[in-house]
Amino acid sequence: MFRYLIRRILWAVLLFIVITFVTFVIFFMGPNDPARAQCGGDQAQPACLKLVTEHYGLDKPIYVQYWRFFKRLVFQQNLGHSYATGQSINQAIGKAAPVTASLVFGGAILWMIMGLLIGVYSALKPRSLLDRTAMVFVLIGISAHPVWIGLIFEYLFGVKLKWTPIANYANFFGAPKDSGLPGGPWQWFYHMILPWCTFAILFAALYARMIRANVMETLNEDFVRTARAKGAPERRVLFSHVLRNALLPVVTMLGMDIGVALGGAIFTETVYQLPGLGRSLIIGVQSNDFATVQGVVVFATIAILLFNLIVDVLYAWIDPRIRLT
Amino acid sequence: MALLEVKDLRTSFHTEDGIVGAVDGVSFSLEKGETLGIVGESGSGKSVTCLTIMGLNAKRNTVSSGEALWKGKNLLDMKPRELRDVRGNEISMIFQDPMTSLNPVQTIGNQLIEAVQLHRDVSQRVARARAVELLKAVGIPRAEGRIDDYPHQFSGGMRQRVMIAMALINDPDLLIADEPTTALDVTTQAQIINLMKRLQEDFGSAIIFITHDLGVVAETADDVLVMYAARVVEHADVDQLFGRPQHPYTWGLMGSLPRLETDLDRLIQIPGQPPSLLRPPAGCRFHPRCPHVMEVCKTTVPELVPTQRDPEHLQACHLDEETKDREAAKLLEATMAKAG
Ligand SMILES: Nc1ncnc2c1ncn2[C@@H]1O[C@H](COP(=O)(O)OP(=O)(O)OP(=O)(O)O)[C@@H](O)[C@H]1O
Ligand SMILES: [Mg+2]
Repeated sequence: MFRYLIRRILWAVLLFIVITFVTFVIFFMGPNDPARAQCGGDQAQPACLKLVTEHYGLDKPIYVQYWRFFKRLVFQQNLGHSYATGQSINQAIGKAAPVTASLVFGGAILWMIMGLLIGVYSALKPRSLLDRTAMVFVLIGISAHPVWIGLIFEYLFGVKLKWTPIANYANFFGAPKDSGLPGGPWQWFYHMILPWCTFAILFAALYARMIRANVMETLNEDFVRTARAKGAPERRVLFSHVLRNALLPVVTMLGMDIGVALGGAIFTETVYQLPGLGRSLIIGVQSNDFATVQGVVVFATIAILLFNLIVDVLYAWIDPRIRLT
Repeated sequence: MALLEVKDLRTSFHTEDGIVGAVDGVSFSLEKGETLGIVGESGSGKSVTCLTIMGLNAKRNTVSSGEALWKGKNLLDMKPRELRDVRGNEISMIFQDPMTSLNPVQTIGNQLIEAVQLHRDVSQRVARARAVELLKAVGIPRAEGRIDDYPHQFSGGMRQRVMIAMALINDPDLLIADEPTTALDVTTQAQIINLMKRLQEDFGSAIIFITHDLGVVAETADDVLVMYAARVVEHADVDQLFGRPQHPYTWGLMGSLPRLETDLDRLIQIPGQPPSLLRPPAGCRFHPRCPHVMEVCKTTVPELVPTQRDPEHLQACHLDEETKDREAAKLLEATMAKAG
């Protein structure tokens, strides 16, 4: 267990260095000129360009720039300032991250609940009406793009039925005073329902299908027959013998998919105008704001690596075969 | 009243290719403390017979009929609740493959304790003590220390011992062992067989012992059931069966019985393959492979009837008894000669 963990942590550190470096190189070689961006684009004054170039060391070789960036990141946890607005990127991310976290974790919980319910139920009653209906839902979920689903939901539940707001975010801990914006847990929940559903539907569909297959396969295992031969009631067979084994691979998948899902969050945030990391990223790209884009990528990388580490620990904890190696 | 009385048991699976009649009219009865051996080639329906008795066939696409009277009550139409009280408590079962028969994510201790607590209202501590006791009885070294280990930390032979411990933990009246040694290497096989023989005396459960190995049957069983292509072809007590076998299929099995001293001779096998149960041959199902085949065998199903000499010795073959006795005597002589 200990060796396994050390190995995973070393991997995470290595991945972190590689990913930040690769992003750095990509943006460094890209066709943008950060100094010009900061000095007002085409009307940039030479004096301004010179100042900015010197200040940020933009004329230094790439490894020197990377090293500066890396030092600042690791020792000061500082992602620098936006080239476009001059704002602290740490602050910008501090505002955007909770929005994305709400979306991704709320969505993940929703997709797991839906995936489990549909997957397990249809595995227990294969070819029943519910199983068939569920599989149609799965097919839709897998083949529809989140933007399309988002727009449909928005139109149907927001515009037509007026059940939910059609856009914007409400802060969980209450909106800033005098802002006139909605806030508090209920408003937060109310504003997030549609984004969650939109975000979760693809993965709920994928997971329902995967869980169905896993449960059906596990039901045929010899140890399940052993449990029945012992005289265990079906409920017990399901909960203490089938599910834990069937869900092992799901935990690994979850670790991998959170990263993919974070990418999908960009679409959802755009449709519902949520001020999250995805939006920051898009605005950053549009305004040639290399520093912000890189800040978001680095932050997301750290988040995914940390999450994967948590999943690895969780996996080792529930699978004794790993725990002991 | 017999402990278990099986009458005309039939099970068929409705598959995409058609109906597989895996068990076709099997009857036998078993007294308290008695050991019944069931032998037959692969696919002859031995496992399905036992799974049907235990109600462990997959529900889907499976049709069973007949009776399996357990202490007078038919297991085939018991309510799930009643059946659960019998399983693992009065009748327990050991399976062929110990590598996959234990839950990989639970300690063996928890799996043993579960078996106790499903049927007895006892504390965790008591159940655990019982588990340790059984692990010791089946010869797991340092049982107290190993009880919290997971299945993957045990070898195949040790896992089969754990399975045996689990099967015996509630002192069942009947233990069904479905080829408990097939998946193990030869040395371990011998150890497990010896263990089973010892436990047979200590626990006094009746046993149904399924195996390919006639040698094991000769050592352990009181009664023997020979199955071929879903049917019983011969049923006799062990001395009768080995002393005066009455069915050409049984002769074939005995001819292929491996002798350690002359291991090369084990290559004498019954020629041909067992038939498909989707479209079994008409008449006697063994006729396409039978060296003594007659015209009648191809059309008429031989009934399972007593021999003239012994009403307890049942056989299903059209040959006349004189010929059969002569063939049996020849076979015995040959085996004796082979054994030296
Ligand atoms: N669930 C099932 N669906 C369809 N056919 C089945 C099923 N289970 C068993 N069979 C078929 O029933 C027949 C009898 O199988 P069974 O497992 O009882 O054989 P066996 O005598 O135990 O053989 P072995 O010595 O290989 O264990 C085989 O032909 C097998 O293919
Ligand atoms: Mg079998």
